[in-house]
Amino acid sequence: MNIVIMGCGRVGARLAGLLDIEGHSVTILDIEAYSFRWLPPEFAGTALVGDGMDEEVLKKAGIGKADVFVAVTEADNHNIMAAQIAKHLFNVPKVLCRIYDPLRRELFSSLGIEALSPTTTFAQMLKDKIER
Amino acid sequence: MYIVIIGGGKVGFYLAKALLNEGHEVLVVEKDASRTEFINNELGSVCIRGDGCEVSILTEVGTGRANMFIAVTGEDEDNLVACQLAKHKFNVPRTIARLSNPRNETIFKKLGIDVTVSSTNIILEYIEQEVPTHPLTHLLAIRDSGLEVVEVKIPPNSPTIGKKVKELSLPPGSILSLIIRPQEKPQVPTADTTLQAKDLIIAVTTPEAEEALRTVLRGL
Repeated sequence: MNIVIMGCGRVGARLAGLLDIEGHSVTILDIEAYSFRWLPPEFAGTALVGDGMDEEVLKKAGIGKADVFVAVTEADNHNIMAAQIAKHLFNVPKVLCRIYDPLRRELFSSLGIEALSPTTTFAQMLKDKIER
Repeated sequence: MYIVIIGGGKVGFYLAKALLNEGHEVLVVEKDASRTEFINNELGSVCIRGDGCEVSILTEVGTGRANMFIAVTGEDEDNLVACQLAKHKFNVPRTIARLSNPRNETIFKKLGIDVTVSSTNIILEYIEQEVPTHPLTHLLAIRDSGLEVVEVKIPPNSPTIGKKVKELSLPPGSILSLIIRPQEKPQVPTADTTLQAKDLIIAVTTPEAEEALRTVLRGL
């Protein structure tokens, strides 16, 4: 699959590495070239400096042929806007997006964005561990 | 009318001031504490500190009963998210977003934001009007029609001087709407109107035909 990831932090870089090993064609975007230090040394995909909310940057990243777009920058609103551009302007079949704020996640899920909230998931995991 | 404004920067502040003067009920949401204090000192208690993209803050300020919701922070993505929350969570009938990047207009419209205002484009248009040698000035883009209103000045040495309007081969979709001459009343040009030097022509055209229109009128 062709996969475009926006945000090369710990999560983005790790995800890129995992998908790359599986044989997927991965392009990862970040506004800082320095962030690419998180990528595993054997990463064979493309790392591109640019803002994933910018249509031109997305085109360069091959969004037109992408099967999946993942938005995992630190900022909720960046992720939300980029995810909606990928979904509504470029018709990417699968769009995933991280939203820390659980209430915002709820709303944008209802608007058709597949959004995950690490806040809710992780809190639940901790609770389960404590009560077990 | 109850109007909620997100962002208390220069735009938000003066907008709130103007709307208050018109007698509206206005509330500003601003992230920065000292900015919030400043606005409250200047305009009375109309500003609350908080993030306009947080559902809890929007609930607190009573967004549900707002007639209009205007997001004017400096960040396009924040304005988008705030307006989408207002529209879909609180059913505000009219949402207006400020854009810094004119390119984002398409996606904002597609996502149902009622009105977008691109500050970058507006500033560019005003500067264009102030550059006297500029051959064609954009006055207004007519929303959702693909048409625009432009201004063209006939230079003193133009070969079109003395020609009648019907002799010009205007590009399709372009209409000359008004001729303004120094010391004369503005007139609506007819087929027999003769062009003069220094005529100021207001025309309706399309972005594609704009170049051709300029060439036809200025003859250069």
